[in-house]
Amino acid sequence: MTAFIARRAVAAVVILALVSFITFAIFFLVPRLAGASADDLASRYVGKTAGAEQVHERAVQLGFTDPVYVQYGDFVKGIFAGRDYDLGGPAPEHCPAPCLGFSFIDQNPVLPDLLDRLPVTLSLAAGAALIWLISGVGVGVLSALRRGTVFDRAAMAVALAGVSLPVFFTGLLALSVFSYTLNIFPPGSSYTPLLENPIQWAYDLILPWVTLAFLYAAGYARLTRAGMLETMNEDYIRTARAKGLPERTVVLKHALRSTLTPVLTIFGLDLGLLVGGAILTESTFSLPGLGSYTVQAISHNDLPKVLGVTLLAATFVVIANLVVDILYAVIDPRVRL
Amino acid sequence: MTEDKRPFLEVRDLRIHFPTDDGLVKSVDGLSFSLERGKTLGIVGESGSGKSVSSMGIMGLHRTTNARVSGEIWLDGDELISASADFVRKLRGRKMAMIFQDPLSSLHPYFKVGAQIIEAYRLYNDVSKKQARQHAIDLLGRVGIPEPSSRVDDYPHQFSGGMRQRAMIAMALACDPELLIADEPTTALDVTVQAEILDLIRDLQQEFGSAVIMITHDLGVIAELADDVLVMYGGKAVEHAPVRELFKAPEHPYTWGLLSSMPRMDRVRAERLLPVPGSPPSLISLPPGCAFSPRCPYDELTDGKALTDVPELLPVPGGTTHSVACHLPHATRRQLWTEEVSPRL
Amino acid sequence: MSDSSEDLLLDVKGLKRHFPVNRGAVLRRQVGAVKAVDGIDFQVRKGETLGLVGESGCGKTTTGRLLTRLDEPTEGSIELEGRDIAHLSRGAMRPLRRDVQMIFQDPYSSLNPRHTVGSIVGAPFRLHKTLPVAKIKPAVQELLQLVGLNPEHYNRYPHEFSGGQRQRIGVARAIALRPKLIIADEPVSALDVSIQAQVINLLEDLQNEFGLTYVVIAHDLSVVRHISDRVAVMYLGKIVEIADRDSLYEQPMHPYTHALLSAVPVPDPDVRTDRERIRLRGETPSPLNPPPGCRFHTRCWKAQEICSVQEPLLAAAAPRHEVACHFPENAPGRRPAAHPIQPAE
Ligand SMILES: Nc1ncnc2c1ncn2[C@@H]1O[C@H](COP(=O)(O)OP(=O)(O)OP(=O)(O)O)[C@@H](O)[C@H]1O
Ligand SMILES: Nc1ncnc2c1ncn2[C@@H]1O[C@H](COP(=O)(O)OP(=O)(O)OP(=O)(O)O)[C@@H](O)[C@H]1O
Ligand code: SF4
Ligand code: SF4
Ligand SMILES: [Mg+2]
Ligand SMILES: [Mg+2]
Repeated sequence: MTAFIARRAVAAVVILALVSFITFAIFFLVPRLAGASADDLASRYVGKTAGAEQVHERAVQLGFTDPVYVQYGDFVKGIFAGRDYDLGGPAPEHCPAPCLGFSFIDQNPVLPDLLDRLPVTLSLAAGAALIWLISGVGVGVLSALRRGTVFDRAAMAVALAGVSLPVFFTGLLALSVFSYTLNIFPPGSSYTPLLENPIQWAYDLILPWVTLAFLYAAGYARLTRAGMLETMNEDYIRTARAKGLPERTVVLKHALRSTLTPVLTIFGLDLGLLVGGAILTESTFSLPGLGSYTVQAISHNDLPKVLGVTLLAATFVVIANLVVDILYAVIDPRVRL
Repeated sequence: MTEDKRPFLEVRDLRIHFPTDDGLVKSVDGLSFSLERGKTLGIVGESGSGKSVSSMGIMGLHRTTNARVSGEIWLDGDELISASADFVRKLRGRKMAMIFQDPLSSLHPYFKVGAQIIEAYRLYNDVSKKQARQHAIDLLGRVGIPEPSSRVDDYPHQFSGGMRQRAMIAMALACDPELLIADEPTTALDVTVQAEILDLIRDLQQEFGSAVIMITHDLGVIAELADDVLVMYGGKAVEHAPVRELFKAPEHPYTWGLLSSMPRMDRVRAERLLPVPGSPPSLISLPPGCAFSPRCPYDELTDGKALTDVPELLPVPGGTTHSVACHLPHATRRQLWTEEVSPRL
Repeated sequence: MSDSSEDLLLDVKGLKRHFPVNRGAVLRRQVGAVKAVDGIDFQVRKGETLGLVGESGCGKTTTGRLLTRLDEPTEGSIELEGRDIAHLSRGAMRPLRRDVQMIFQDPYSSLNPRHTVGSIVGAPFRLHKTLPVAKIKPAVQELLQLVGLNPEHYNRYPHEFSGGQRQRIGVARAIALRPKLIIADEPVSALDVSIQAQVINLLEDLQNEFGLTYVVIAHDLSVVRHISDRVAVMYLGKIVEIADRDSLYEQPMHPYTHALLSAVPVPDPDVRTDRERIRLRGETPSPLNPPPGCRFHTRCWKAQEICSVQEPLLAAAAPRHEVACHFPENAPGRRPAAHPIQPAE
């Protein structure tokens, strides 16, 4: 088991290195290969009226004139050892490790900004994930056990809607019903840190949670239902019944355990990809999280920010998958090899 | 029949039908038999003749499917088909237990072998986890698993096929059931392992005096273990006989077919095997009259009755517990067997 | 051997197949090998049937796959009519493929469900281009008739057939090109007893008609006794005994063969009581790490010290009867030096 985890951890580090390299290449190498000069790249990050000289100065300052491998080397060095930046001020600005660089636009260091916004996205993601996992699996199990009943049909119809409706639609619908009309929940743009006031934190996030969770819960319900129906036909379920176990134990202990394996795989992938779902939800509810940060960064072509977010997101994907792999090995003993 | 003279297990006119898109599948259609404590009933028959479905019917395992079950199943004085689901559930494991055919798929892949046995034991025995674990180790040792105290923590995939089947048996025996149903317990196993499993079942039966139903398609296993034999065809019993009579004086043409299509281990047959021609019937539209008639070489000898009337399972004249479902007159059957069929075996 | 090399079809010498076992995520290194087939020798004469028996996992299927060159041996030679095919390349093997055909165990999964019977049985003709396209259909219909199917089944799909009929389709495909050798891996074990005999008879009829040579792999010793001329018994990747059928079944020399035969239940209730069965202790050892000396010594009741040190070689102990054991049974006066040392008088 320890060897298994160690092996997976090594693989995770390799993947992160690859991701950082590829992202770097996409943003810094590809334009160069496409024929853009260092100055062409830098011209985006100076005022519209700047002359050729100013642009060149900026290019030197941003490091665009160095060969790409030197730039990547500097970037990696920044992460592990910290790095000095010339921001045009009197003395070079020191950025301690781990350093993801400074924004090209507002000159702020990237990492503190990211860390600032991370709790919002994490709160959104964790809460939503919990809700969708519990409700999705719960509804799926019930649907499977009551196959063909009104409950099953209704649940599956709602689930179908959930899978096919976009987040901004369900989000806006939720907002108009629960905040504007019924006035039960805040209409968004408010976020209270968890440690400050947990109740307020949850209260503020309920609508975004439910909206985001709805999208996923629907899929999970369908997945669980299908898995459950299959599992209930397995021979070992028949064995469990033949032992005389009450139906509740048969379902909750024997059947659910097997059904959860595929659900968990998807869960790992989804957690990683959540950033995508979070962007839309955060915009809909105007939450100051990573999603809105990314949207801004991309629209301004602010490469250090984009790179930072990508790396952070990749780290989450990799960690989520690592955790899932380990859970997988815990649930299914045959995986441990 | 008075209550206390009822046999330990009595199945009467059991019918188990499955509604499907293609029609009603009559997997078991009017099955009756009885079994006393300490005795072994062997059930043989064509694949799909309803052996597994009827034994799961006795265990009450069709309650969660869409099967339509009717008839009566009396187990030690209680009627099970009309009983509540919970009542039957509480008999499972303690009063009656079942060993399933495929030991790998019948054990839960995610739970340790020991845990699966412990679960069965603790359901009816109020003991500590530690005591239950010791019991599981004892059971595994009894069924011949080497080093049971360490193997108890293995997962099913770490066991070989024979060991898995033994673990299944250990699980079925966890609460000393009074009725043990073994559904082809050795089909997937090597002959040497099969022999050990059969020994094991025999020993346990002697020790606890349990009633055993042994389902198999191997007539060798039947000869080895059974006291009585039930031959099934098309969801019905076509012959029910004490084991010696079944081999020495079988009455039903399908039983003859089984015996003459079987290659023999103990001698070389001079001539070719004599297979039963044709293929098994569809359970959705069984042939009218005798279900075996399309494959029966003697159906003309019954004046067309075989094509119209379903033969009833009736006692063989003279025999006490031997009964057969065939329109042929007893004398004709005897003559066919002695003059035509048995010389070819 | 005394056989003239004229009528020898297959001559296998020192055949080995080791499956490497690798460990390590990044740097994969070989940590061992599953010795599935570990040096076997045997011959098959033209028109003869060799039965290959042994416990699950002893290497029967692997041997079959090597003979048909679906797999390449690690070592050894396979001479087909004097030509070594063991290490021929794909291209060089191609024209020889028509001479060696295989019949598989599972009549359900070995036929492509999306192809018609016509295209399945006709595939060998198209592949080897032995017939002009226009003549394929009549040839296939003739084959179907030969194996007892209706030529009108040409356009039907495998799922429309019963298990026995599907196995006939597999047989038709295998004999399409009139191969010299057919390897049948458990050809009847998935079939019902009553249907099994139909397929066995078919195989025998075809052999008589076309002078086919068979290697039949089966774990059912009664089936093997019925259809083989010669029988080889395998244990853990080795042939431990090979002999003419009656000699092997009536005078088994290897203790393992003896144990195997004694474990088969005999379909005769009278034999039940007076039959002595040899109980083997323990489990079959892993082919990853076979015991030194005689591989059977961990379970053999006759084992002496020499057995765990020196490997007994397969040698003739009676006419046409070879056995690999230091202390063979039923072989009076053979190799006195191999017997346990008698106390000096
Ligand atoms: N849930 C079900 N729905 C529809 N048909 C079913 C169902 N379960 C079993 N059957 C049918 O009932 C028939 C009897 O099945 P059963 O498993 O009892 O046969 P069997 O005698 O045990 O055969 P085998 O020797 O192959 O195990 C089969 O034709 C099977 O297809
Ligand atoms: N591709 C493979 N890689 C590794 N090991 C293999 C492979 N194929 C077979 N083996 C191993 O080789 C041994 C012999 O296998 P084989 O299938 O030949 O046995 P068998 O005698 O046909 O058994 P059975 O009666 O169960 O079919 C087994 O231990 C098996 O696990
Ligand atoms: S009733 Fe007729 S068809 Fe049926 S088994 Fe008897 S003789 Fe054959
Ligand atoms: S060589 Fe020895 S151990 Fe091997 S089979 Fe013969 S007697 Fe037994
Ligand atoms: Mg069955
Ligand atoms: Mg095999």
